[in-house]
Amino acid sequence: MIATQTAVLARRNMLHVLSDPQQLIGMTIQPLMFLLLFVYVFGGAISGSTRAYLQFVLPGLLVQGIGFGTFATAVGLNADFQHGLIDRFRSLPMARSAVVAGRVTADITRTAWSSVIIVGVAAALGFRFHGGLAGAVGAFGLVLALGVAMCWLMAFLGVALRSPEAVQATAFMLIMPLTFASSVLVPAGSMPGWLQAFVRVNPISIFSTAMRGLMLGGPLATPLLQSAAWIAGISLVFGALTVGRYRQRA
Amino acid sequence: MSSFASARSAIFAAELSKSFGARRVLDRLDLEVPSGAIFGLLGPNGAGKTTAVRILTTLARPDSGRASVLGYDVVAQPQQVRRVIGLTGQYAAVDDLISARENLYMIGRLLGMRRAAARARAAELLETFGLAGAAGVKVKDYSGGMRRRLDLAASLVGRPAVLFLDEPTTGLDLASRNQLWDVIRELAAAGTTVLLTTQYLEEADRLASEVMVIDRGVTVAQGTPAQLKGLAGGQVLEVRPLRRSDLDAAAAVLAGLSGTSHPATTEDLLTVQVPDEELVTAAARSLEQAGIAVRHLAVRLPSLDEAFLAITGHHAEQELEGAGR
Repeated sequence: MIATQTAVLARRNMLHVLSDPQQLIGMTIQPLMFLLLFVYVFGGAISGSTRAYLQFVLPGLLVQGIGFGTFATAVGLNADFQHGLIDRFRSLPMARSAVVAGRVTADITRTAWSSVIIVGVAAALGFRFHGGLAGAVGAFGLVLALGVAMCWLMAFLGVALRSPEAVQATAFMLIMPLTFASSVLVPAGSMPGWLQAFVRVNPISIFSTAMRGLMLGGPLATPLLQSAAWIAGISLVFGALTVGRYRQRA
Repeated sequence: MSSFASARSAIFAAELSKSFGARRVLDRLDLEVPSGAIFGLLGPNGAGKTTAVRILTTLARPDSGRASVLGYDVVAQPQQVRRVIGLTGQYAAVDDLISARENLYMIGRLLGMRRAAARARAAELLETFGLAGAAGVKVKDYSGGMRRRLDLAASLVGRPAVLFLDEPTTGLDLASRNQLWDVIRELAAAGTTVLLTTQYLEEADRLASEVMVIDRGVTVAQGTPAQLKGLAGGQVLEVRPLRRSDLDAAAAVLAGLSGTSHPATTEDLLTVQVPDEELVTAAARSLEQAGIAVRHLAVRLPSLDEAFLAITGHHAEQELEGAGR
């Protein structure tokens, strides 16, 4: 029952994207734009060559892409409340969790799609995996798991805040500093000491380090364990908060 | 009321109360709707209509009191209630970004129908509601009337035995409203129990077999539309003399007819309540005899505000409902 309902609602959310060419193009192009801009504008200055920077930045950019890509979860869920659709769903004999689960499923699919595109283009530009097949598969798995965690965080914003505009603004203010004040784009070494302290504990840095370990080889066990802990923590905390707030509001 | 009554009536509520903060939205509301009836819940904004519907459709919990639909308790057995009801809310709750066909198919699937059955039911409803031609069009490109019809169709996918319509025609043009009224009558004729809320006395009069007027969460009147009109002082006669200078003379003529209320004057329009429709003919004759030429003479139902004034002694207050939305 729940599985069918989740699939039906995931399909509905996917239809939103598939039937809107602008959105489809936007979600495909935007991460690519980030990739190309960062690599060719900053690459030479940061790593000495664009090719070296591409190797450095791609694993982190995948993490950043999830951060921005899951905005749709927050905004979409919020809009469903605004339009009274949640009331419609709640008046049906269906599982309450299916609404959020359907949303998350659709957004994970989108995230996976964007990640595959970005890795494909990066490979064409010269990116090479050094972690072997296991590393590549592991990286993809980590992207999906991270996507789930971020979706729950975003779902909470979507349910907790009043308007889609407020959701958009809050998500941006949260994700922008978290992804920039991290080791995604630049190694932390050149930053002032106080910022380095933040970057080190910033979960986005930890995810990036784990992704680098998987895609490029290098230290893996600790960042992977820490990532798993963060992912589990975010999912549990925001999953519970979302369901609680959803019940209260709906 | 006995439990026997609650078992036989389609919708039953006893002493429902609900507050949002310090504001009491429903105050010990009793309600009973027999199976197959169209029941009108009439009241101004903020009367508690939407809150009552939300409680009866399991979307909100009452602070106290109890309610059941087809014998299922709305608090203790919400899933059973949801299996037998359909709800069309005040704001058309359909997905704007997908087509009408996809909307109905989605609801069918969520109700547990198989793919083919959900598709067939969607096609059937699109046909019934005159939306088959625009079935593949995204709902955001629909007119207000089409959206409302789709919304009603969406609440009928599961063939509910009890249908809740929260202000189904608010904001609709006349043609769309009449169309929707026809659909509601057909549904009731086919055995569906309908509870509809409205701000318009005319709507309740045209559709409902029984009407309850609520104000600030309290029942202020209940009965058939005819009884209610009686309470409100019958129909309203409007007279607009051709010459403004005749206004006082016309008012005197109308006041002289036995049984009418004291005429009220707004600008060049006289309104007077006529409990007996024969008085309309009498009024026309008397005005002619007095040599007063008339530009406009019409009979209408009292507005909700006039009915309110007659029943409660105060004007319907316009305040916003739904602080808990």
